[in-house]
Amino acid sequence: MEKLSFEYPASAKASRKAHVGVVGSGDLEILLEPSDDAKAHVTVLTSVTGFQSTWKAVLDRFFERYQGAARIDIHDFGATPGTVTMRLQQVVEGNK
Amino acid sequence: MSLATTPEIAPRSWANRREGKRRKLAQIEPWMNGKILPGRYIIEALERLLAPGDKVVIESAQKAADFLSRSLAKANPKILHDLHIIIAAISRPDHLAIFEQGIARRVDFSFAGPQSLRVAQMVEDGQMEIGSFHTYVELSARMFVDLIPNAVLVCAQMADREGNLYTGANTEETPAIIEAAAFRDGLVIVQVNQLVDTLPRVDIPAGWVDVIVEADRPFAMEPIQTRDPGEIKELQVLTAMMVIRGIYERHQVISLNHGVGFDTAAVELLLPTYGTQLGLRGKICRNWVLNPQPTLIPAIESGWVESVHSFGNEAGMEQYIAARPDIFFTGRDGSLRSNRVFCQLAGLYAMDLFIGSTLQMDGDANSSTVTRGRIAGFGGAPNLGSDASGRRHSTPAWLSLITSDSPTVRGRKLVVQVVQTFKAGGVPTFVESLDAVEVGKAANLPIAPVMIYGDEISHLVTEEGIAYLYKAEGIEERRAAVSAVAGVTSVGLKATAKRTAELRCKGLVAFPEDLGVRPSEATRSLLSARSMKDLVTWSGGLYQPPARFRSW
Repeated sequence: MEKLSFEYPASAKASRKAHVGVVGSGDLEILLEPSDDAKAHVTVLTSVTGFQSTWKAVLDRFFERYQGAARIDIHDFGATPGTVTMRLQQVVEGNK
Repeated sequence: MSLATTPEIAPRSWANRREGKRRKLAQIEPWMNGKILPGRYIIEALERLLAPGDKVVIESAQKAADFLSRSLAKANPKILHDLHIIIAAISRPDHLAIFEQGIARRVDFSFAGPQSLRVAQMVEDGQMEIGSFHTYVELSARMFVDLIPNAVLVCAQMADREGNLYTGANTEETPAIIEAAAFRDGLVIVQVNQLVDTLPRVDIPAGWVDVIVEADRPFAMEPIQTRDPGEIKELQVLTAMMVIRGIYERHQVISLNHGVGFDTAAVELLLPTYGTQLGLRGKICRNWVLNPQPTLIPAIESGWVESVHSFGNEAGMEQYIAARPDIFFTGRDGSLRSNRVFCQLAGLYAMDLFIGSTLQMDGDANSSTVTRGRIAGFGGAPNLGSDASGRRHSTPAWLSLITSDSPTVRGRKLVVQVVQTFKAGGVPTFVESLDAVEVGKAANLPIAPVMIYGDEISHLVTEEGIAYLYKAEGIEERRAAVSAVAGVTSVGLKATAKRTAELRCKGLVAFPEDLGVRPSEATRSLLSARSMKDLVTWSGGLYQPPARFRSW
């Protein structure tokens, strides 16, 4: 297990709690709740170690486009970066 | 003195091949009962019928003439050596044994999927010498030009006492292979599952056949295009939604070929649900060049499909096909008539679109399934995944790719690659340089074994979005569009937010939201079948999956 933390600036508070994904091999689940401090705080708990730079690249990309202030907890079970991005899109859909 | 003199020409025979064939057949005459050779003589018969240096075709694609290849592997290498084997798919251990024994040396082939590691090793060890990689139809073509066979070892389902053959649902390339030998005095040697008095239909007339032998067991056959819906991931549902909206709907794709894989199986399974919700039934995806793959059953049953022409069969589909003759090509007996050569020709000249997947792609969109240490080959993808510049008829989809207003402009086939940016285990699909380049050098190939060249690809689809590469003006714009959808691979990290925004503006790149595709809808419940059992239910119990696909 590896625990990674990231922080991004945000412009608007996320509107509501959300949950997507699957606890299963090759997938991940994401929990989102609004945050009051105009930032996005991301915590990643992953079963696969050694991919910190890939996580950073995926999240950097995503937060170029998403500006919500939120606490985002990711529980990863070896999802590919593509699956991570899709789950992130799903968790923020309609949640600006 | 006469003005015209006849030059002195040594008399020559113009029928050496025919004479040679007659002499060889005479050597096995004592064992023969008409055209039937008892199975116990097959190894000795091959030793007499073949000669060192001969070009020998071994039939092996989905079905394999495995009784004949197993028998050839047991021949005496002192008698039979240095054969030149022509084979579509090196798929079986006995194919390799023929080379290990020294019975054959040189090989011309198309595909070596399951044996790709050992083929690479044998080339390195000097046991096998590769002539060339081919596509399937290209290899068939060379059998009529510079790889004309001295003998062909093929298989059929049944023969009658006269020697007529029934090839059944898996006809594949049998007629083409036999034609190349039968009409140029090559030997046609056939293994059959069964000798019968009356055939369901005659696929090959007895006059083209020399030797028939009853095999010890039915010929080997692989359901290579069958995919279990249970293994389709939600990411593949997302890309399938983008394919339907951003390509099939936008370009009005009527006729098409799907490559093998879960990405395209997901598209087939979304037609009856997502496609119908979009009001596209009857407007797209009507005429198919495709094996009768089970994941097409829900679309057929929902009235999407007008016709399917096939390369080969998929095991277990026989009863379903026999009950749907309006859709499939079938004989009067009800069984499927497949024909790989005609099907490849249809894929080349009569399709609006090819869509397939790959293992690696570089920044110029060149792709290959040849990866480090594996000499896998390609099968049909390079043909199906190419624009036939000899095409002259137009369709709305073909015309929709025109980007210039020149008075002599022509249309273009849609050639689509759909990939995930990373494969399982974090292995990137997008790479700086294809492994194929190194593999090609190591195997002394004159050119790198590229499957589909980047300039042939009109659309690239990843989970990030679609790159409309046919719109790119110049290689720089093409590279930028590839990078924009290549995620966080080294190729994708070259993309900048500013350049990607420009490409979206110009319509070269589209993200899901640009296509009206909502990632939250990308769930497995959108698939019209989620398991093999669902497919059986859709078929009304007519589809009977092979044992390995059954979990009940």
